[in-house]
Amino acid sequence: MSAALQNLVNQPYKHGFVTDIESEIAPKGLNEDTIRLISSKKNEPEWLLDFRLNAYRKWLTMSEPDWQNVHYPKIDFQEISYYAAPKPKEKLASMDEVDPELLRTFEKLGVPMHERAALAGVAVDVVFDSVSVATTYKEKLSEVGIIFCSISEALQEYPELVKQYLGTVVPVGDNFFAALNSAVFTDGSFCFIPKGVKCPMDLSTYFRINTEGSGQFERTLVIAEEGASVSYLEGCTAPQFDTNQLHAAVVELVALDNADIKYSTVQNWYAGDENGVGGIFNFVTKRGLAKGVNSRISWTQVETGSAITWKYPSCILRGDNSVGEFYSVALTNNLQQADTGTKMIHLGKNTRSTIISKGISAGKSNSSYRGLVRVAPGAQNARNFSQCDSMLVGDKCGAHTFPYIQVNNNTAKVEHEASTSKIGEDQLFYFAQRGIDAEEAVSMIVNGFCKEVFQQLPMEFAVEATKLLSFKLEGSVG
Amino acid sequence: MISQNSQTILNVQNLHANTQNTEILKGINLTVKSGEIHAIMGLNGSGKSTLAKVLAGHPDYEITQGSIQFDQQDLLALDSEERAQAGVFLAFQYPIEIPGVANSQFLRLAYNTIQSKRGNDELDPLEFDDFVREKMKLLEMNPDFLDRSVNEGFSGGEKKRNEILQMALLEPKLGVLDETDSGLDIDALKIVAKGVNHLSNEHNAMILITHYQRLLDHIVPDYVHVMESGRIIKTGGKELALELEKHGYDWLHDNLQNNAGATA
Repeated sequence: MSAALQNLVNQPYKHGFVTDIESEIAPKGLNEDTIRLISSKKNEPEWLLDFRLNAYRKWLTMSEPDWQNVHYPKIDFQEISYYAAPKPKEKLASMDEVDPELLRTFEKLGVPMHERAALAGVAVDVVFDSVSVATTYKEKLSEVGIIFCSISEALQEYPELVKQYLGTVVPVGDNFFAALNSAVFTDGSFCFIPKGVKCPMDLSTYFRINTEGSGQFERTLVIAEEGASVSYLEGCTAPQFDTNQLHAAVVELVALDNADIKYSTVQNWYAGDENGVGGIFNFVTKRGLAKGVNSRISWTQVETGSAITWKYPSCILRGDNSVGEFYSVALTNNLQQADTGTKMIHLGKNTRSTIISKGISAGKSNSSYRGLVRVAPGAQNARNFSQCDSMLVGDKCGAHTFPYIQVNNNTAKVEHEASTSKIGEDQLFYFAQRGIDAEEAVSMIVNGFCKEVFQQLPMEFAVEATKLLSFKLEGSVG
Repeated sequence: MISQNSQTILNVQNLHANTQNTEILKGINLTVKSGEIHAIMGLNGSGKSTLAKVLAGHPDYEITQGSIQFDQQDLLALDSEERAQAGVFLAFQYPIEIPGVANSQFLRLAYNTIQSKRGNDELDPLEFDDFVREKMKLLEMNPDFLDRSVNEGFSGGEKKRNEILQMALLEPKLGVLDETDSGLDIDALKIVAKGVNHLSNEHNAMILITHYQRLLDHIVPDYVHVMESGRIIKTGGKELALELEKHGYDWLHDNLQNNAGATA
């Protein structure tokens, strides 16, 4: 690989700073007492403590998955602190009272809040470490019956609603990391769109991990009742640390008859330095249940950060005529590893799914697409189209594709296309010969490669994602 | 179009170039003046395309000896994008495909980058659209081509026309056309040739690299050079191409050997 190309893909993380706010941190380690502590700190109902303990006991019997195409040192789950809350100076009555230090952090990250939020038409439920500190637009949304708040708040205000859906898409014992999350989650977002309501704005949550050595276990639950629709945006950045941080989130989506949920993510967590030191371990379980007839679940993700990404946003297409979609861009650089993809489980009749995956590997990184398309015996006329494209930047990185297709109904039509391309000297030379330097050339090639996915993102996110990719690949060329 | 006021645009002296430890160019001497069209002919492997890539600064080649003066600058001191900005243009033999990048976007970035380096104004998307459509008429290109991805799914002829369109936009001092005629049917060849003739003027110069005399029926060169084994072994006027076409490269070879024998 040329020096220019090497410089280009090796640029430092630009969001690497630590906000100096006092944190209230639970002692390290995990046992039933830790879970009781979290539950009592959060003043939770008894059923939720039982839910957590049940998950914890299941977790104890499970072992960490090792089938994925990633390598990392063994995690010591007793070395993690499972609860960290920024200490509020006093009870906050409005956004103006939010810690200015915190606001500056969001400023640096470009989080649209205050008037910026108003101008952008985005309601932001800000999660800072584990506790929500500001929620905007809640009133406007509540006028049409939409609930959009932290899951802690939802547990206080709407416990029955949470109880009805929590763990119904991702059961407590679903997998090792989902069980861990179910036992110790501290906060996250809750979103409920009642029957017939089209959410008037994109809902947005910015996650940020800020306390060194603290685990982050977010729990998100989005419910769209009959005929409802919502577009949910999740964006993430994290500061630079040398110790690996574990992130094991669970996201559950439920779409009832004729409901439509679109969930978009831009992820830019700290990926570790060029030697692979530090960085976030992102082990996430995301799943949507297209429960009702004609319902639709659509995942769009732009994954650029984390040392390790292990993530398969999935759709269970239970309702007849339901639709599942997965649009993904995963960019890895340096020593990053990503094993990501989706599962489309066709249960209902005439169900359709689309998978568009774009993997970009640079530096010495490795990126794998792993996807399952399963058509159950009763899923008459199921349709799937999958397209998995990989792009290599330089010659020390790797791209892998692991498609699993299980069809148990002979009326199914399943298509899979895959391609691999490489940004090499010849492409860069073509641009250079037209006066365009390597940095701009790579940015243009990569963004062109991802176009089909970016088109799925809401406008402001698409702009952000385009910048982000250029950002991750730019550097001092020359 | 040789005139009294011609300036030397390119002066190549004793140029030697290696790739992967193999010497490909073994002492090229070539002088090109403004207003001139030079044709470089030769068999496969004679070093013609290498010369084109070396002029444009391809990173795979190492210059071991010699010099290249371009427009009173040391060309070898410039990297490839600086050469493009200075006015060296290479029409590629095999233009690459760039999926997902609209041609209009790519062309405008190239145009604006070069204009800003030359101290000229950049064009916004609307102004550029008008500008590029004018240039496209010259090459009889369908406007929907602007919305297609760069070279993706283009026929051989469309790719070559796209190269000439880029030359029309970037207005280089020196255009190097690397086998632009290969893969073209006669109609496409005529369109491309018309474009090149239109762009050729007293301030710039062209080097046409080709196997065949066919292209030279439509773009008439002032000089024809024949390359073999990394050297220019013969230089003549446009008749040389016709003779080559008639007798083949072996004829030239025998001819040279006979001459060498005669002088010995």
